[in-house]
Amino acid sequence: MKLLDKIFKFNGGINAETQKNISTKNSIKSLPIPSEIRLPLRQHIGKMAKLKVKVGDQVLKGELIAEADGNISAAIHAPTSGIVKSIEKLLIPHPSGLPDFCVTLIPDNNDKWIKKIPIDWKKIGIEETNKLILNSGIVGLGGAAFPSHLKLGANRNNPIKTLIINAAECEPYITCDDMLMREHGKDLVEGIDLVQSLIGAEETIIGIEDNKPEAFKIISNLIEKKPNIYIKVVPTIYPSGDAKRLIFLINGIKIPKEKRSSEYGIQMFNVATIVAIFRFIQHGEPSLSRIVTITGNIKEPQNYEVLFGTPLQYLIKDAGGQKIKNNTFIMGGPMMGFKLPSIDVSVTKTMNCVISAEPEMIQAPEEALPCIRCAKCAEACPVSLQPQELFWLSKSDQFEKAQNYNLFDCIECGCCSYVCPSNIPLVQFYRYAKSEIIAQSIATEEAGIARERNDFRILRLDREKKERAERNAQRKAENTGVDKLKLIEEKRAEISAAMDRIKNDKKLNND
Amino acid sequence: MINQQSPFIKKAPSVTWIMMLVMLALIPGILAYVFLFGIGILLNLSIAIITALIAEYLILRIRNLPIKLFITDGSAIVAASLLAISIPSIAPWWIIVIGTLFTIIVAKHLYGGLGSNLFNPAMVGYAVLLISFPAVMTKWSLPASHLLDFNLTQQIQIFMYGTKNIIDSVSSATPLDYIKTQIFLNRPFELNFTNGMPINSYFNASIIISLSFLIGGIFMWVKKIITWHLPVTFLISLTLISSIFWLIDSTRYLSPFIHLFSGGTLLCAFFIITDPVSGPTTPKGKIFFAFGVALLVYLIRVFGGYPEGVAFAVILMNICVPLIDSLTQPKVFGHE
Amino acid sequence: MLTSILIILFLAVIIGLVLGFSSVQFKVEGDPIIEKIDSILPQTQCGQCSYPGCKPYATAIAKGDADINQCPPGGEKGVRALAELMGVEYKPLNESHGISKPKAIAFIDEDTCIGCTLCIQACPVDAILGAAKQMHTIIEKECTGCELCLPPCPVDCISMEPIEENAENWKWKYPVYSISTSKKRVN
Repeated sequence: MKLLDKIFKFNGGINAETQKNISTKNSIKSLPIPSEIRLPLRQHIGKMAKLKVKVGDQVLKGELIAEADGNISAAIHAPTSGIVKSIEKLLIPHPSGLPDFCVTLIPDNNDKWIKKIPIDWKKIGIEETNKLILNSGIVGLGGAAFPSHLKLGANRNNPIKTLIINAAECEPYITCDDMLMREHGKDLVEGIDLVQSLIGAEETIIGIEDNKPEAFKIISNLIEKKPNIYIKVVPTIYPSGDAKRLIFLINGIKIPKEKRSSEYGIQMFNVATIVAIFRFIQHGEPSLSRIVTITGNIKEPQNYEVLFGTPLQYLIKDAGGQKIKNNTFIMGGPMMGFKLPSIDVSVTKTMNCVISAEPEMIQAPEEALPCIRCAKCAEACPVSLQPQELFWLSKSDQFEKAQNYNLFDCIECGCCSYVCPSNIPLVQFYRYAKSEIIAQSIATEEAGIARERNDFRILRLDREKKERAERNAQRKAENTGVDKLKLIEEKRAEISAAMDRIKNDKKLNND
Repeated sequence: MINQQSPFIKKAPSVTWIMMLVMLALIPGILAYVFLFGIGILLNLSIAIITALIAEYLILRIRNLPIKLFITDGSAIVAASLLAISIPSIAPWWIIVIGTLFTIIVAKHLYGGLGSNLFNPAMVGYAVLLISFPAVMTKWSLPASHLLDFNLTQQIQIFMYGTKNIIDSVSSATPLDYIKTQIFLNRPFELNFTNGMPINSYFNASIIISLSFLIGGIFMWVKKIITWHLPVTFLISLTLISSIFWLIDSTRYLSPFIHLFSGGTLLCAFFIITDPVSGPTTPKGKIFFAFGVALLVYLIRVFGGYPEGVAFAVILMNICVPLIDSLTQPKVFGHE
Repeated sequence: MLTSILIILFLAVIIGLVLGFSSVQFKVEGDPIIEKIDSILPQTQCGQCSYPGCKPYATAIAKGDADINQCPPGGEKGVRALAELMGVEYKPLNESHGISKPKAIAFIDEDTCIGCTLCIQACPVDAILGAAKQMHTIIEKECTGCELCLPPCPVDCISMEPIEENAENWKWKYPVYSISTSKKRVN
């Protein structure tokens, strides 16, 4: 295929030490069922899942614990059979360190499955299949956790011509996709076949970085017999695994921020998501587990296949614990991940990697100098933004101007901070600015609603006043001609008569 | 304070490292200068650097900024060195001191310090000296053949006291200046200066120094301190503009070769216009900026009142940099 | 001499006609400055500015009857935005109108509520649900935190609860990184 040979290169990017060898020495290890499973109800983009169980319920493996709330949401399933112990706010892996609603399950170690019903999608059609996938719990397992049924259903509005499989895994240290391809390549390729037919794509291109020769060999052999599935090797530059960057590297199409790839006839899935979809449709297994890389400053770094909700402590303990004790763990990669608030969290759908922090990752950063306008950050930015302008504007809270400079196109990849000679933490400013702008727009929206309600209230009070005035005028019109004094006399007579009656009754009672 | 947010890895040369590499790149040029013109330039350099450091220390104290952090960033040393190389090597000591003080205190710190200066500090210092002390600034020393007659003590004497009679016999205008005056007086260029020294040997020295700066510039480009946009555009533009005029009338206008290799052209191309703080940040902007500087340098040299136009050309284009930046913003990914 | 006077007079007449025509043709209905001011104000409708709502305050600012620093819920940001819009100097918040507080939502203690509807009548954005002798409750999403419902309540059952940070509304903070002054440095 001619397109496969063409080299496209996006602006910037960095070449960091990939550190992949640390965790690829052993094969993927499975852990026994833990003694407690903690499932946050918010593990995906969109609305929190709606609870379907209560404390004390007995659940089977794969049973629905919380269903998707609306279309932009995903379901949560019990990863093993057990009893629901509690539903409360507990610590979740989130940079804020704030707790959120979690369902705690105590496994009974029977690991009993619900009835698994494979889906004959050819018979029931894609619409119905998608409705089932809505409650399969499958979300993007590359780290973004976007509900997959939305991606699979996108071809309703735009026909999908090309399916692109993201096997790039560009961040240093992370190797879970690499190991998945090496050990579950067959499931992956069958899954690709399935999804390609499901969404009606003409062809599939797998994008893989050139630092994964073993995986490349395995997958190439498996797709040899399959028509319309191709594999393209892209150079190892961070962040070539970012969705829009990878699409550009593969076929030269640049998709702007405000558009989705489906509008260009392209849909992209991570390798792990494809395997999850395959297992659901082929075997009726909802999304219950994922591969997590434990790497960095750890005694036995490797990949683990674990159930969602497994306490992270189990994995760290099995990996031997930290070599240099600093109690700091980073979830995600070193470029875009965040520091975990504590190790007392559980594995979620977005947890692709946990790096035990190397000392140089958490040492006090050198003092920052003022920006010297060297524009190395602009050279490194994969989105061709001007990070130095965004920095000056974010620093001085000029949010409107920052948006004019396309602040929201920033993918927060961290390349700019990586190359800054003045040690300025650039990405932190963009995150702050974006947070503030979003909060401000929500506040403006709420203020608009408050203004409307206030205006309506004033209107309503005016209206009631007018109605009252009209009623009074009407009553007055009816009552003219009646002698008011006579009415008062009559009323007075009635009252004195009633009082006499009471006096008489009292007298009678006293006698 | 612990590094709280991503990215948690980093690999970037520090500002100090970049400045030190620039100093390294200046060394071939400085060595050639010393070899051809004597040690005057080294004396200038030392005084300039010492004055710069003292001035920077004082100003940082007054402004209440962390001293160690800003003194070690090396930007004052580079600015002072560029100024010292730009002025005549036989200029007396007080010239370089005044120039350096102006560079560091006024052009750099009064505009806001590191990263905030609007104009190139070295060029501001040079412009101030050129306007205030025109006589001294146009007396350049002659190459080795004359100066080797003077021993070290005499050279230092010249440096300290600017001994007038010695200066007159060893100093003269630069070839550009001389040729300009001859044209102005409607005389054909003579092949010798008025004191009998042939222009050629002066010009040869100029070529050697320019080539040494070129080597330094290529070193900086290889080390990714500078991008190709500024020097290449500047040199090509200057060549083109001077070629046009030279082809029109080769008796009145000098050849592009002479323009390229005399004066501070190559120093300007690689070290002066590439100052990141006062220059543009976008690649397209750099091309416009370099073209503008080349045009102004040529116009000032040929039609303006000064023999060397680099300083004023750079300062004038520095004023245009914010506008150039805002007009040349590159298209964001997907928005083309 | 005469010709120059005539020419200038002629030009003046032409320009006057053009201006008069455009002031009639392109007249903007209503006073847009009031809308602009109102869009900066936070719409809390609390009356701390001593006007019965945000729109009356905006009108007063536009007329020049009120100063720009009388709105505590708008905070310093609001005053600065108003100063920029009106082209006047920024001045700090006038404390006599109240201090800037973090946004809070009213909460009715249902055990104490007697169903008198006095708070419902007081709420400027109709954020209280209820009827006579029925339980009253605050609609959280609509409450602006104006505190106008607290004084009328005869049993004092309404309290203000500040909005706490949770996983949904958490946002990244302004980056604090080390760039110290020489005074603070300890060698």
